[in-house]
Amino acid sequence: MSDKLYVRTEMLPERAPPASTTGAIGWMRQNLFNGWSNSLLTVVAVGFVVWLLMHILPWFFSPTWDSGSLTQCREMATEAGREGGACWGVIRERWPQMLFGFYPEHLRLRPVLAFGLLFVALIPVLFSMISRRMNWFLLAAVLLAATFFAPSSVLLIAVQVLLAAAVAYLGWTVISTDRAARAQAIEAGAARLPNPLIFTAIYVFLMPWLLWGGPIWSPIGAALGFVIAWAAFKALSPAIGTLGAIILAAAATLVWWLVINGYFVDGLQAILPLGLEPVESRLFGGLLLSVTIGVTAIAVSLPLGIMLALGRQSDLLLVKSFSVIFIEFIRGVPLITLLFVASFLLNVFMPPGTNFDIILRVIIMATLFASAYMAEVIRGGLAALPKGQYEAADALGLDYWKAQRLIIMPQALKISIPGIVSTFIGLFKDTTLVSIIGLLDPVGLSNSIRADANWNGIVWELYGFIALLFFVFTFSMSRYSMYLERRLRTDHR
Amino acid sequence: MTTLTDPPRGSFRLSMLIYDSRYRSITIQIVALIAVLSLFGWLVSNTMQNLAALGKQPSFGFLKEAAGYDINQRLIDYDNQDTHFRAAFTGLLNTLLIAVLGCIAATVIGIVVGVLRLSNNWVVSRLMAVYVETFRNVPVLLWIILTMAVLIELFPEPKAFRGENPEARMILGDSVALTNRGFYVPEPLFSRSLGDIHLLGQHPLRFDVSLDLIAFLAILIAGILTARLIGARADRVQAATGVRPKTFWPELGVIVVPTAIVLGILGFHLGMPEMQGFNFTGGTYLRNSLIALWLALSLYTAAFIAEIVRAGILAISKGQTEAAAALGLRPRRVMSLVILPQALRVIIPPLISQYLNLTKNSSLAIAVGYMDITGTLMGITLNQTGRELETVLLTMIIYLAVSLTISMLMNAYNNAVKLRER
Repeated sequence: MSDKLYVRTEMLPERAPPASTTGAIGWMRQNLFNGWSNSLLTVVAVGFVVWLLMHILPWFFSPTWDSGSLTQCREMATEAGREGGACWGVIRERWPQMLFGFYPEHLRLRPVLAFGLLFVALIPVLFSMISRRMNWFLLAAVLLAATFFAPSSVLLIAVQVLLAAAVAYLGWTVISTDRAARAQAIEAGAARLPNPLIFTAIYVFLMPWLLWGGPIWSPIGAALGFVIAWAAFKALSPAIGTLGAIILAAAATLVWWLVINGYFVDGLQAILPLGLEPVESRLFGGLLLSVTIGVTAIAVSLPLGIMLALGRQSDLLLVKSFSVIFIEFIRGVPLITLLFVASFLLNVFMPPGTNFDIILRVIIMATLFASAYMAEVIRGGLAALPKGQYEAADALGLDYWKAQRLIIMPQALKISIPGIVSTFIGLFKDTTLVSIIGLLDPVGLSNSIRADANWNGIVWELYGFIALLFFVFTFSMSRYSMYLERRLRTDHR
Repeated sequence: MTTLTDPPRGSFRLSMLIYDSRYRSITIQIVALIAVLSLFGWLVSNTMQNLAALGKQPSFGFLKEAAGYDINQRLIDYDNQDTHFRAAFTGLLNTLLIAVLGCIAATVIGIVVGVLRLSNNWVVSRLMAVYVETFRNVPVLLWIILTMAVLIELFPEPKAFRGENPEARMILGDSVALTNRGFYVPEPLFSRSLGDIHLLGQHPLRFDVSLDLIAFLAILIAGILTARLIGARADRVQAATGVRPKTFWPELGVIVVPTAIVLGILGFHLGMPEMQGFNFTGGTYLRNSLIALWLALSLYTAAFIAEIVRAGILAISKGQTEAAAALGLRPRRVMSLVILPQALRVIIPPLISQYLNLTKNSSLAIAVGYMDITGTLMGITLNQTGRELETVLLTMIIYLAVSLTISMLMNAYNNAVKLRER
């Protein structure tokens, strides 16, 4: 074929892609303006955002921080030559109330400390990669920081010196030793710091004591109940078997809590009166109340939910039907009816003359509510587990509880993490419902603030602030669940 | 013949109740039964003692007494001389009203947002993500109260609409008035009305049904069924000849034309709200408590539904879309014939639980003064009669019945659409 006059023999050099497909322009053409409908959508959406920002930003940056009432705020805004800015004065005036309610002002260090220690107590549960040294360092640092706000005394200074030494030593080890060297040293038999989960266990009893005050012997007595249960179980189980030991240990603990503990606390208090100034429940309010109810109910509802889920999966007909009836009943009614039960009826259900605390009653009902939802979430995880896992556990000769603890639950809980966390988030949001039965959580306080003559008519500033308070908690919880899912992901992708 | 695994016979010892797995399950169940029964008995006996001490014998007699309070937003006739039972029924209907309205609105918004969140358009998908995160992470009670406060602060009082040169004007051609007491919208009226039928006579559960509405619905449903017949016929023609007859206009016609004729016969017209004195008369008055509750519940639940829809669509693998495209289906039919039927299977179960949540959250109506079952039976009736045990128990049972009914209906629907596996 001789009509081919020209054949290229070498490759052309690569050229850069056209400017319209790369960089910012290319990205915009691909993502925002591909096709007329998408372009229209972009224009409308951007227009909406701009319109929203044009209204919100001038409103938001309003120089009315110092105003003491809505009228004063309007005047200040007019003086500054603006129309209708935000009145942040309400937040400046009321934020301590929003956080603590009517908790006595001179005792507010206690809830702050309880809150700070909550994070220290949660770290070993939530994050496995934080080292023990780091954890104890944080604990000492939080305690040290708290001492500076306490009324000074000789004892306090001694404690401060001790804590400062601990902080310095632990801080130094955190910085100086690297992980690998430390791991080698431990391998070689070097002493390890105690497990920080010990503090988490202590914190369970520390928190109510810090918040409500009272003799130090009450949390110790409550904790002793668990010690007695454990000791009784250890002592009895070789003799009469696991089931009998569990029943007897539970009975011994109940006897301790219901009968002996009162004398124990009173007696020790008479001998050695140590304690914190008691604070009544009706003084609790604001975010403190939400967090107290939320954290307690969350912590208790998870084990309860696991038990209920196992009960619902059980082969034992009666156990199964009790679980199903409980779960379906609780899930079928709104939380508000359960809170009405807490408010009006729980005292009626108790022996005549009992009058126990309203916050405790609300916590009980909120916990029961959350545990029913938790049970369903975990049942989903159990159902999603392949049957082979159960059979493999049986084939290894594990008994029911060992199989659950070692094989089934770790996997089922991992599958149900998103559901568990969203139940937690739901529960934390639902703590606002206590405002309907007259407790002063942030929403309840907002009603009284809006009824105040000074702030009558305030809307966005107040509700925006409360929404932000909740958003911080719930959003970080949902981010944490994503992190946990990533960390526990064991499949190959 | 006996095998080694056969248990020894006739040698029952008491310890076998704990150690022998054949008897252990019975032991555990009996222990559980005794524990639950004694807990229950303890609670009941405490309650009896306490109530006796208070002089309140449990009785539902109060339901027959006159309620003595008004309910301002209601679907049935009720006045303060009616019984507490009737008041509770009125409240229950209000609960169902807000539940139905809320579920419809939340589904529509949720589907739109969920689909838009998957959009390629970066701005739009970010915007929807912000909406979802904002609404999901803030308590619904706060949204309800905030919406109520905004409605009260934002809109003018009804008297602002008065006079020659009013401060506020009605919108949509003088048909809708947005005031701080609620919205006045046109009401459907029939000049040649068929009237109402009164069901159940003088019973507290009596209610009226508009025959006009029944006629309208009957014609509408008949039209939709006919349209489906036309569609089925088109399917048969397509299967036989390969050519699908055009069905859009006939289908629309059999739905719209008879409905329009019936409306014309009945003399359908809209009754506009009008300013008279200091307030509006005529039209339908939607209280702002209803609007606030409806808006807040729908927007809040829609955020969850959006996530469910998104997850449902993402759960369908891309291969399905590609396979459908390879068969020559157009994008719209890919969506309606391949993606949606599969996504629905994933979407419906969590959607049911969102509907249930919305229904239960509607009990927060008490915070804005909307008189649902919580506001009537567990609110004012409880306060007036002091019958805490009976009212709270009754309210719980009613909610339980509503929840179980909804989940039963929706589960039946779920069974109808779910994949038939061999």
